[in-house]
Amino acid sequence: MSNQTTKLVPTPGQTVGPFYGYALPYEKDNELLAPGSPGSIRLQGTVYDGAGEPVPDAILEIWQPDADGNIVKQTGSLVRDGYTFTGWGRGSVGYSGVYTFTTVNPGPTSPGAAPFISVVVFARGLMNRLFTRIYLPENQEALAKDPLLSSLDPERRRTLIARRDPDGGLTWDVRLQGEGETVFLDFQ
Amino acid sequence: METQQDLSAEINAIGDAYARAVKDGAPAETQPRLDYAPYRSSILRHPTKSLHHADPETIELYSPAFGHQDVHALEADLTIQHNGEPQGERIIVAGKVLDGDGRPVAGQLVEIWQANASGRYIHKRDQHPAPLDPNFTGVGRCITGPDGSYKFTTIKPGAYPWKNHVNAWRPAHIHFSMFGTDFTQRIVTQMYFPGDQLFPLDPIYQSIVDQDARDRLVATYDHELTQPEWALGYNWDIVLTGSKRTWTENEALGAAGDEE
Repeated sequence: MSNQTTKLVPTPGQTVGPFYGYALPYEKDNELLAPGSPGSIRLQGTVYDGAGEPVPDAILEIWQPDADGNIVKQTGSLVRDGYTFTGWGRGSVGYSGVYTFTTVNPGPTSPGAAPFISVVVFARGLMNRLFTRIYLPENQEALAKDPLLSSLDPERRRTLIARRDPDGGLTWDVRLQGEGETVFLDFQ
Repeated sequence: METQQDLSAEINAIGDAYARAVKDGAPAETQPRLDYAPYRSSILRHPTKSLHHADPETIELYSPAFGHQDVHALEADLTIQHNGEPQGERIIVAGKVLDGDGRPVAGQLVEIWQANASGRYIHKRDQHPAPLDPNFTGVGRCITGPDGSYKFTTIKPGAYPWKNHVNAWRPAHIHFSMFGTDFTQRIVTQMYFPGDQLFPLDPIYQSIVDQDARDRLVATYDHELTQPEWALGYNWDIVLTGSKRTWTENEALGAAGDEE
């Protein structure tokens, strides 16, 4: 830990605005590994506003360990070589508010821990980024013991747990406001 | 449709209420309000429940890693991406990315995007009648140096009209996206230029209700950074939220990141 005692005040965030689309996306940005690779799954969902309408101008980033729970530490997260699992991806929603990633089921980073994917949400009209998590729906025992999930009432807890699709993929929606509002996190 | 006068009345009412609250002992706010109705698009896009406190765990204490195989050094110069010189006032924007303890954030990705000198974005949704510049796209990236430094050469963006209300204009700004050493430090924000007359009128800038906090988004003109007969210099440092990770000695010395 730092020995310094003077804390600097963080720079404020601002909305990502409407025009990130020609700047932040890049080729295969939403493919943490090549589609069709062994163990690859689709993670998808829809971003909704407070009226229940899809948000067509949101961009999500995910950051997660590999299937064995290892955290990627090599550089190269912007380069998709078709072989390496990068752990990080960026996915813009389409006109219908749907985002998609190709990834793997994250593994537990310590024995018995509930695996999760870290998420940050940006959108036009959203003043500052929002952090949240996507948990896998399996392993009820680990989910029950998870410090974050166990601090939430069941209604809200549900918003952080993905649904398992018949093809083995995951579906997880973001509700920015209103009924079923996603739990967003403050780490400070 | 609403006028600037309507909007300014709302902005000022919120600002006055904040000033009174601070006077009565409320803590200073450092971030934009998520619930800030004068920016109309935020009305249905802000969470109504307060953010849930969580201690960052495992993956959240690390950040995706970027290096020189990800970003070419020339991507930091937005004026050389086409065959000709872009129109407008050439500027240099430089500064440091620091964490809340003042440690440099080394070897991390900085991405920027902006309008051209006429205030026009190249994005297809921007169709207002200001000229596109065939020699300017307005997108740049770089990797911070060992001391957390970044430096872009670009064109000063123009003010940008938008449809929040009648006669709504954004102050000139450059969008910045940064990563820290922890994923929880991820930030996207906007850098502004000193002395902009549109500041009091802009609901996005004013969504940060505290003047000191707003000032942290405004670059400083820096004549030392200005290059003779070439470009005006602006300095802007970015402070990320504090890192929660226990650092190794090398990382604390700023040696993290790309080792090429």
